[in-house]
Amino acid sequence: MFPERFTFSIADWVNTWVDELVTNYGDVFRHISDTLLWAIINLEGLLRGTPWWLMLAIVAAIAWHATRRALPTLMIVGLLFLVGAVGLWDKLMQTLALMLIATLISVIIGIPLGILSARSNRLRTVLMPLLDIMQTMPSFVYLIPVLMLFGLGKVPAIFATVIYAMPPLIRLTDLGIRQVDGEVMEAVNAFGANRLQQLFGVQLPLALPSIMAGINQTTMMALSMVVIASMIGARGLGEDVLIGIQTLNVGRGLEAGLAIVILAVVIDRITQAYGRARHQASQ
Amino acid sequence: MSKIVVKNVFKIFGARPEAALNMIQQGQSKDQVLAATGCVVGVNDLSLAIEPGEIFVIMGLSGSGKSTLVRHFNRLIDPTSGEILVDGEDILQYDRQALREFRRRKISMVFQSFGLLPHKTVLDNVAYGLKVRGESKAHCAERALHWIDTVGLKGYEKSYPHQLSGGMRQRVGLARALAADTDIILMDEAFSALDPLIRAEMQDQLLELQQALHKTIVFITHDLDEAVRIGNRIAILKDGQLIQVGTPKEILYQPADEYVDRFVQRRVATV
Repeated sequence: MFPERFTFSIADWVNTWVDELVTNYGDVFRHISDTLLWAIINLEGLLRGTPWWLMLAIVAAIAWHATRRALPTLMIVGLLFLVGAVGLWDKLMQTLALMLIATLISVIIGIPLGILSARSNRLRTVLMPLLDIMQTMPSFVYLIPVLMLFGLGKVPAIFATVIYAMPPLIRLTDLGIRQVDGEVMEAVNAFGANRLQQLFGVQLPLALPSIMAGINQTTMMALSMVVIASMIGARGLGEDVLIGIQTLNVGRGLEAGLAIVILAVVIDRITQAYGRARHQASQ
Repeated sequence: MSKIVVKNVFKIFGARPEAALNMIQQGQSKDQVLAATGCVVGVNDLSLAIEPGEIFVIMGLSGSGKSTLVRHFNRLIDPTSGEILVDGEDILQYDRQALREFRRRKISMVFQSFGLLPHKTVLDNVAYGLKVRGESKAHCAERALHWIDTVGLKGYEKSYPHQLSGGMRQRVGLARALAADTDIILMDEAFSALDPLIRAEMQDQLLELQQALHKTIVFITHDLDEAVRIGNRIAILKDGQLIQVGTPKEILYQPADEYVDRFVQRRVATV
């Protein structure tokens, strides 16, 4: 038994802090929430409004552009067709919208953070443990305050997804930039390139395979949050998994589960193909 | 007026440069400083002057501080103390903007492992110095093509560095430095990574180009043959200190000390 006099709790302190946040800044959070919701709903509307065959054609075009090979392109389109065929097309689009927004936010925050962290060792020392926490903390722990601030629905789902999915992108952006050959950077410096010329002309292009691997990881992790997202009221494929569990309908759960896997495979293949740099030094 | 003047430059790597500087100025050795402060002395009280239009070779074994020294001339490395003048201007006083201008217009560099941009074509690599300083696209292309032709890489404009052999890559590096059209070119062991035949070819090409261009070239090497072959004057470095400066003849026939003599003897022995 652990001695009583050594114990303490931060629970009360955290509770008061969150309560104060909710009472004092509720409006601010409501505003953020509304803006985000507006973006999600519009994107979702667009995706669901697009006829299924046009959507498949667009995906096929993207897949072809990325892979330049017929077989993977056909596979990707065929798999998505299957999802539609089992009647999950609408939910697929809802999940896709959620995932795209979460990925977009992760990219907007994650890549600049990765760039800064590659530049400063001090920032990196602070950031890395923080990223560890973001990845290992069970999501339900931060879902409670997020729910209190934003209410139920898609917005807290996005937040939870971004917190969980962003770390690999930051890590891999940082890594990609740090791995750029030191002599190349020296040469670029010696010719008088300024910071922006170094960043956009050399560092980012050379770190691109690593950054794309990060985006790939982010999308995969975002998809793995789909079921949890549906628990707090975000619609989509996770919803069907949840209903499958609640009603012991194993078949329905499996169908939705497979649809999530298919979406993951499709996005994975496409982002990976973009990550393969076309002109990398072969050695 | 000398093109580059270096006055009493010290460079100390490590966490306590002031303490180390104090010790070395009191005449303690490199090893004593390392033991006491954990700092490495890169350049130790070095002064020299490089004249316009000469090929000035800086020679020494690895670890003698020659690559460190040459990086002081375009401030890729800043000295711990001392003065560096280029065309009579104290380049250590330059702010970031002035330093960038200086690097863009006055001094360019060729690197041992080439330092080429792997994601850009030969043409874009050669034009890099011009592009960075904001020259027009047409001017960049025209100049780059001219220098690609001069170094003998015509037909490879659209290739990427990884498709070229070592010798060809260093020609790209040389063309990039020449295209920037700067008075001074620093060459840090530029030919050391190449095999002997290609190396001799590159040395000839450099001498031939120099006859027409009269640049001030600072050439780093660890090879006395190379130094004697291309240098107008040679400086010999040991442990970050200048041991001797002179024409190739002076180095060969009047070596200043045993260290220089050993270089010379080795050369005689291999001939």
